[in-house]
Amino acid sequence: MSVRGARRLMALARGSRALRTGRPRATWRDRTAPLVLFAVIIGVWYFVSLVVLDRDRRFLLPSPDSVVRVAFLDGHNLSQLLRALWLSTSVALIGLGVSIVLGMAVAIAMSQARWIEKSVYPYAVILQTIPTLAMVPLIGFWFGYGFLSRVIVCVLIALFPVISSTLFGLQSVNQDMLDLFRLHRIPRWRRLVSLQLPAAMPATFAGFQVCAGLSVVGAVVGDFFFKQGKPGIGVLIDLYRARLLSQQLFGAVILASLLGVVVFTFFGWLSRLVTGRWYGAETP
Amino acid sequence: MRHRIATYSDESSEAGSPRAGGDASGPADGPAPELVAPELVAPELVTFTGVEKRFPDGTQALAPIDLNVRDGEFVSIVGASGCGKSTLLRLASGLTEATAGTVSALTGRISYVFQDPTLLPWRSVRRNVETLAELTGVPRAEYRPRAAEVIELVGLGGFERHRPRSLSGGMRMRVSLARSLVLSPDLFLLDEPFGALDEISRERLGGELLRLFELRRFGAAMFVTHSVAEAVFLSTRVLVMSPRPGRVVAEFTVPFGFPRPAEMRFREDFTRLTAAVSRRLRDGEAG
Repeated sequence: MSVRGARRLMALARGSRALRTGRPRATWRDRTAPLVLFAVIIGVWYFVSLVVLDRDRRFLLPSPDSVVRVAFLDGHNLSQLLRALWLSTSVALIGLGVSIVLGMAVAIAMSQARWIEKSVYPYAVILQTIPTLAMVPLIGFWFGYGFLSRVIVCVLIALFPVISSTLFGLQSVNQDMLDLFRLHRIPRWRRLVSLQLPAAMPATFAGFQVCAGLSVVGAVVGDFFFKQGKPGIGVLIDLYRARLLSQQLFGAVILASLLGVVVFTFFGWLSRLVTGRWYGAETP
Repeated sequence: MRHRIATYSDESSEAGSPRAGGDASGPADGPAPELVAPELVAPELVTFTGVEKRFPDGTQALAPIDLNVRDGEFVSIVGASGCGKSTLLRLASGLTEATAGTVSALTGRISYVFQDPTLLPWRSVRRNVETLAELTGVPRAEYRPRAAEVIELVGLGGFERHRPRSLSGGMRMRVSLARSLVLSPDLFLLDEPFGALDEISRERLGGELLRLFELRRFGAAMFVTHSVAEAVFLSTRVLVMSPRPGRVVAEFTVPFGFPRPAEMRFREDFTRLTAAVSRRLRDGEAG
């Protein structure tokens, strides 16, 4: 995307957010409370680490500064972590992409005919309720212990929210509007493209957002079990655990969480970018 | 029982053409500003013969109803909530099938407006107005100018780029009306279109709907409302329905010509007719 295009998108997002919420401006309390809570959490962490735990048991919860020092400021450890993060990120993003495409395709198919919905939905639910960990060994048998299996685990974990929320969105279209389309004999595919899909957008994006968070979980879980190929965050976590390298272990957990937060936030932003515009004047 | 749809001659729905267009006796003699006794000359657009409607749960929504609406008529239907007024419109449009009797629509050009404006929030006013024409396959070169014209006509000029969210309830309803009028319907079905609006917007929009009728932007209307005064003001004919199962218990021909100024509401003959309709409505509910 061109720089100008990107800048326009940013401007859009800012403008739409202002228009979208009629809420009063954030007060000082809205701004400071999150910081205070963060400080409290760090404080409790320090307290447990330095006061509650003895020196020889401190590895159970190393203090925040030692985590930062060992995991993030040490060049060797940091580059090891970042390489692993990159691998897990690529698994998560591919899994996310596959989940979105597959999930929307399934939801669209289900919305088109009740018999498809009736026959497919139970399996979608099973997909959600099945303990993924129970499936992991099987996936290893079938697809090996490399990249592909990691992506499959990721999709298994992240797929359902896309299906359920897209389907919900597609089916929540105003009944009068559907009647109007029926009255004027507007073809089914046009109804889908011009009415149902855009109307489903807010719900669909909410699904994407949940899916994005889960895809990171899936990438780490998959990595944790399939150790072939380059190590991802999951492999490192297992390694650090085995060697009692608790500072690095905490560093890996923090990075994995941050990755989840970043993808989750990105999709929230994207959703506002797309649907927030409906509620303001058309932007040229 | 079958909903028969045949295409009705196009020339009668052209704006400004004389209302006797359906008569085969050749071109009519000039424009007819007065809507006089359309039942004598104009073709029927929709006919109900012994139509009954029973819902799947067994409730009888409509008792046998005979009814026809001709080109050039503005027929209002008044009645208590749940008396089957909306069902009548759904039957006329073909969205619902009758359980007994026949509904014949002699035109395929039917438009429907609901109490909810049902706009698409992601489309601008202009694109909303164009929606139905665009999706039913009217070429863009045709619907673009038509939509622009109708937007001006319903008083939305200057708001083309706004999204529905930023419009008032009355303006949204104008968009909804415009969206249907782009298709120049022969039969315009309106299901309490102004029901959610305040009194002032309601009367304003009523007046404008009437102006569009005079301009022959739609051939005939079936208009469902709770308001007797609104029904009498807008219509050439008012039907009074009884509560469930819905029957037409009275029919009033409104003798006033066009155009109808807003002050007509204060005239004595207007209030007398309104009172008569209200009385029948109350009798129907009591019986």
